[in-house]
Amino acid sequence: MSALTFNRRRFLGGAAAAGSGLVLAGCDQFDFLGQRDNRVRQVLEQANVLTYQVQRRLIGSQSLAREYSPSEIRQGQKPNGSTDPSTPEYQFLKAQDFAPYRLTVKGMVEKEVSFSLAELRNMPAKNQITRHDCVEGWSCIAKWTGTPLGAVLDMAGVKPEARFCVYHCFDNIQKTLSGDIFYYESSDLVDAYHPQTILAYGLNDQALPVANGAPVRLRIERALGYKQPKYLHTIELVDDLTPFGRGHGGYWEDVGYDWYGGI
Amino acid sequence: MSAETDTGLKVTSGPLIYRQSVWTRVTHWVWALCLFFLLLSGLQIFNAHPALYIGQQSGFEFENAVLEIGAVNSEAGPRGRTILFGRSFDTTGVLGLSGTAERPQFTGFPGAVTIPSYRDLGTGRVVHFFFGWIFVLALFVWFVASLVSGHMRRDIIPKRRDLAQAPGDLVDHVRFRFHHNRTYGPLQRLTYAVVMFILFPLIVLTGLTMSPGINASWPFLLDLFGGRQTARTIHFGVMVLLVLFFVIHIVMVVAAGPINELRSMITGWYRTSPNVEPMPGDKP
Repeated sequence: MSALTFNRRRFLGGAAAAGSGLVLAGCDQFDFLGQRDNRVRQVLEQANVLTYQVQRRLIGSQSLAREYSPSEIRQGQKPNGSTDPSTPEYQFLKAQDFAPYRLTVKGMVEKEVSFSLAELRNMPAKNQITRHDCVEGWSCIAKWTGTPLGAVLDMAGVKPEARFCVYHCFDNIQKTLSGDIFYYESSDLVDAYHPQTILAYGLNDQALPVANGAPVRLRIERALGYKQPKYLHTIELVDDLTPFGRGHGGYWEDVGYDWYGGI
Repeated sequence: MSAETDTGLKVTSGPLIYRQSVWTRVTHWVWALCLFFLLLSGLQIFNAHPALYIGQQSGFEFENAVLEIGAVNSEAGPRGRTILFGRSFDTTGVLGLSGTAERPQFTGFPGAVTIPSYRDLGTGRVVHFFFGWIFVLALFVWFVASLVSGHMRRDIIPKRRDLAQAPGDLVDHVRFRFHHNRTYGPLQRLTYAVVMFILFPLIVLTGLTMSPGINASWPFLLDLFGGRQTARTIHFGVMVLLVLFFVIHIVMVVAAGPINELRSMITGWYRTSPNVEPMPGDKP
């Protein structure tokens, strides 16, 4: 019996130590997971690849994000991230009311094409009242007007070897000593050709405001907000994302967010 | 808690029985590990926007928040403030504002209960989704194994008499009088049934409802939970209930005899009360 008591006491002591260790663990024991090159983190990140592949099979290429009724637009679209890029180029365009603006489609295409804002507005337009889900957790319902990206890509003629669209932006979201870091994003061609994926130039029946990405932002409605780049100027068709930024397919992906962004 | 045998010797315990199958034991510890990481990474994700709402969207220009955690300035300096269902609480030191005077921390939950300890939503999401997958996998394994073995029907699904006996069992638990029988008692059945059939599926489904991708394939989830933001609020609420379950679970394990309870969840073998009749397959 004394052996049992001893064991129990020793065990309880050990359990208490282990328990408090677990509680304290939250302090900083797991901070190594924040390092991109950590092997354990790289294993954990494979779950995001699994999520992407499973959702792609589950969702299909044509299923739609929910669209809402006009009565559910109860507020302005909350701007997030950059709200007025400071580069001279963007400020010049803004001062000219974006008259000299051109959207370019290049890379693995039959022929490079570019469009003015007026030309984009003259293409078949699509309106959709959808919910914008920020990775931070909040949601906001707004009406977006734009032209389907798929039709624009078809005008350029996407080559069969292209696998991704890279979206380049005017948004100098981060200023460093070695120069500005520009916002960019990328998607697979399923998202690019999705019927609700539009080059949006209108928000809630007005021209797209500067704070929300004027003159053109992308809407990928089955993904989180960081997959919807604002201040878009060039779409590049590629088969490899590693040459861009730090190679993870987007500004936020380069600092550790998942590339798929559908969850 | 002792019985007289024919020989007049006092018996202080019943037979050692094989109570927990390997499926129950493995999934139990997998869940324990997963819930630890899911909780701490979940609080990191919550900290990115420490507010909860009812409905499809978050009210920035109208009011639909049920919980808001933040910091406000007062004459005595910054204070942590939590608004729950319209009522304001000073939560300085815990929610909204924590840390020391020299190094104040303006986060929803303090860094001591988040992974990582500093603000890093991307890493929180990596950890959360990895353990989310493992959690769901273990849930699937447990449901299949428990259906096949009869564990679910025999030990988990509450019977009519469990409901009738629950109040008496509750009184026994409050008095720390535990019955170490072959199967779970009424309160255990009810509790585990709520966790397995309600809380676990609910926290998975509300989590999936927050995914814009899943919204496209399973739009009925949005209607089932009354919108993405309501789903997020339910997800948080179920987390609170699971933390409550965990606390009571640990108290009960310690009170009912931690060695015996832990042994049964590690080796499967469980020491019963003296009144339990031996059966073939038991150990003395």
